[in-house]
Amino acid sequence: MTRTMTPRFGGLISLAAALALAGCGGDGAEGGSSAAAAQIGGPSGTELAEHQVLHIGNGTEIQTLDPHRGEELQGSNIQRDLYEGLVNEAPNGELVPGAAKSWDVSADGKLYTFHLRENARWSNGDPVTAHDFVFGLRRGADPKTLTIYSFILTPIKNADEITAGKLPPTELGARAVDDYTLEIELANATPYFLGLLTHSMTYPLHQPSYEEHGGLFVRPGNLVSNGAFVLEEQVVQSHIKVVRNPHYWDAANVRLTELWFYPTEDLSAELQRYRAGELDYTYDIPTARFDWISENLGDELKIAPWVGSYFFGFNVTRPPFKDNPKLRRALSLAVDREVLTKDVLGAGERPAFGWVPPMSNYTGQNMVEASWTQAERVAEAKRLYAEAGYSEKNPLRTTIYYNTHEDHRRISITLAAMWKEVLGAEVELFNQEWKVFLDTRSEKIDTRIFRSGWIGDYNDAFTFAELFRSTAGQNDPGYDSPEYDRLVAASQSELDVAKRAALLEEAERVLLADMPVIPLYHYVSQHLVKPWVGGYESNLMDRHLHKDWYVLKH
Amino acid sequence: MLRYSLRRLLGAIPTLLILTAVAFVMIRLAPGGPFDSERQPSPEIEANLRAAYHLDEPLYQQFGRYLGGLLRFDFGPSFQYQDYNVTELIMTGFPVSLKLGGTAMLLALLVGVTAGCLAALRQNSVVDHGVMAISMTGISIPNFVMAPLLVLVFAIYLRWLPAGGLGQGSVRNLVLPVIALALPQIAYLSRLTRGSMIEVLRSNFIRTARAQGLPTWKVIVKHALKPALLPVVSYLGPAMAHVITGSVVIEQIFSVPGLGRFFVTGALNRDYTLVMGVVVFYGVLIITFNFLVDLAYAWLDPKVKYR
Repeated sequence: MTRTMTPRFGGLISLAAALALAGCGGDGAEGGSSAAAAQIGGPSGTELAEHQVLHIGNGTEIQTLDPHRGEELQGSNIQRDLYEGLVNEAPNGELVPGAAKSWDVSADGKLYTFHLRENARWSNGDPVTAHDFVFGLRRGADPKTLTIYSFILTPIKNADEITAGKLPPTELGARAVDDYTLEIELANATPYFLGLLTHSMTYPLHQPSYEEHGGLFVRPGNLVSNGAFVLEEQVVQSHIKVVRNPHYWDAANVRLTELWFYPTEDLSAELQRYRAGELDYTYDIPTARFDWISENLGDELKIAPWVGSYFFGFNVTRPPFKDNPKLRRALSLAVDREVLTKDVLGAGERPAFGWVPPMSNYTGQNMVEASWTQAERVAEAKRLYAEAGYSEKNPLRTTIYYNTHEDHRRISITLAAMWKEVLGAEVELFNQEWKVFLDTRSEKIDTRIFRSGWIGDYNDAFTFAELFRSTAGQNDPGYDSPEYDRLVAASQSELDVAKRAALLEEAERVLLADMPVIPLYHYVSQHLVKPWVGGYESNLMDRHLHKDWYVLKH
Repeated sequence: MLRYSLRRLLGAIPTLLILTAVAFVMIRLAPGGPFDSERQPSPEIEANLRAAYHLDEPLYQQFGRYLGGLLRFDFGPSFQYQDYNVTELIMTGFPVSLKLGGTAMLLALLVGVTAGCLAALRQNSVVDHGVMAISMTGISIPNFVMAPLLVLVFAIYLRWLPAGGLGQGSVRNLVLPVIALALPQIAYLSRLTRGSMIEVLRSNFIRTARAQGLPTWKVIVKHALKPALLPVVSYLGPAMAHVITGSVVIEQIFSVPGLGRFFVTGALNRDYTLVMGVVVFYGVLIITFNFLVDLAYAWLDPKVKYR
């Protein structure tokens, strides 16, 4: 979406026109040709089912429906239906106007002016105003809200100072000019800022109901939201039921009347419930059953690139991997990613030599070893391994740490076997329960090699680049490169899209030359979707707004 | 009897206190904490979080605060399910577990004891061997194998019953989990009943009763059944514990929103308050149940006296 950001041409540029081209500009209901319908052929010509009700598997039980306190994908899946941010996502993942019908960006890229829809309503009928957005943004930045996702607001002026407790939330760079005009001032120009506005951290809050109910404002009956659906029922560990919000500005184009979300922790149990007809959509599939599923439910299996990278990291703060890029690179080259993705995993995962997956304005790194044959990689791996001072007589002895999970176990075994076969390294495996593993990994004391993965928070390479800055909390390898830090910092204020991409690519090259991590593959999203579910479209972020879905007659 | 009951109840207090203290320390000793996540909070936010949940206080102070809460039936806020407190979660989970466990227990008693009696009365007959063979199988197949098998047959191939969840609270949703939970208990109870019934049938007072010319059914129901049930009753305490721990697995497989699931997810998420709440609640439950079992003894066995 950042490609529509061309504020270098000066003056205030309205993006509304560009966005209208995406087929989503209309405010009113136009005879069933909603955004979704226009883009995917829609239900015209196909007959809709009488009952527009869907049952969705949603992974582990959500932590909260509070848009500012949630941190997992599962919770935001439901919040996305309950709330509407300034910007929305179309079924194919494109950014489209949400609660804001249009916006202007200043020439320096620092001031965003949003024009809100005057017909937007909260689920109790109150108008959605700029004040509600200011209230929501301030609460998100407020350290008293206890949110760990406040960094999403970092680009907004004073946000970090407020979160650190140095300034009051009223100092946030967000201002209601009038009821329907919202100004957001940024600390630095941030080319991916619009993408951040789909994040739940930026949702508006209905102040009167929040003040009336306090911490209980997200309970059914209390929750007043501005999205296409409204919360009707919640039984923890059983289900969450949402129904169509009659006050939603585009309610005429919302077809589903009811949506049920079920916590489906156990993927095998989720599959069983899907097969028994109790679920129309699964959160995931059990990898071990992949062959069976593609053989028997092939038409219903939807696999698509997902914005995430699976990797193994080295603890570069301790021997043997400290100051030893040759050894790290040798281990990376010795891994046959084809075997790993095809034979061990086999769900269409894309072998990765680069760290950042292909995403908006970023094609990904073209690593030289990607074009080699595995035999060439092995030869180079052996050479580097020997240069690092290891041999058959003096093999590398180390340990892989991973969190207890069937897939991670299989991958760790595969890597250890490849390293043994190619280099003769003696690698032990050590698994830990998730919370213990998180601790061990971030302490950087016991770990030598550890498994990890990262799903992008927004559709911009920065969500990956920021991870290995020396100051980043998630920098589990303990990577510390002034050059990398400098390039990533430079990209943050670079307005030119091409130059910015070049800076991020340069940073990634520095990272991969030092190789504190071994990228293994880029994730794919995997869902089972019943044939009668209409409006579903795979997208890079794997985010789906159910207002665009419908049920076909079956 | 009253004095005995009072003494038992008073004796339960230190037991519970020790249980609470041990669990309290153990869960905090476990590596990892409730706020560990892939996204690490900034130091300021983490400090605020710890303060909000009183984790910044010394341990004895936290424990005192917790005990104070318990006296008011307040188990504290859940770390994981932030929109709810632990008391609310227990109150949503327990009725479900009770329905599931209670039904399974009743079913197990009914079927297990009947089958055991039948086997004992027709000792070494086809019926006896049949019951024992089935029960042996029931004991040897763990419920995490049995449950998915039941789902495969009855939910997916035959489509008679739902594969999981509670649905709208309909009985159909409970059938499979109840059966899966009851099966191992049925197996055990039938063996137990058979063994003790055979022994009782050989005892002197039964021979006397028969010699007096009483009809067989009267000998069995009036004289043999009560003493034969003694070991069954003493097994009920542990059986209750088995059903509770069994339901942890069964609830997971059938996606039943009971207490067992809260126990598992609570422990994995280091949701200190939720784990503590479930432990204390289970503790009270098991202590109460053992007490009831002991009272039932007096009714069944005239040799038992309470002092």
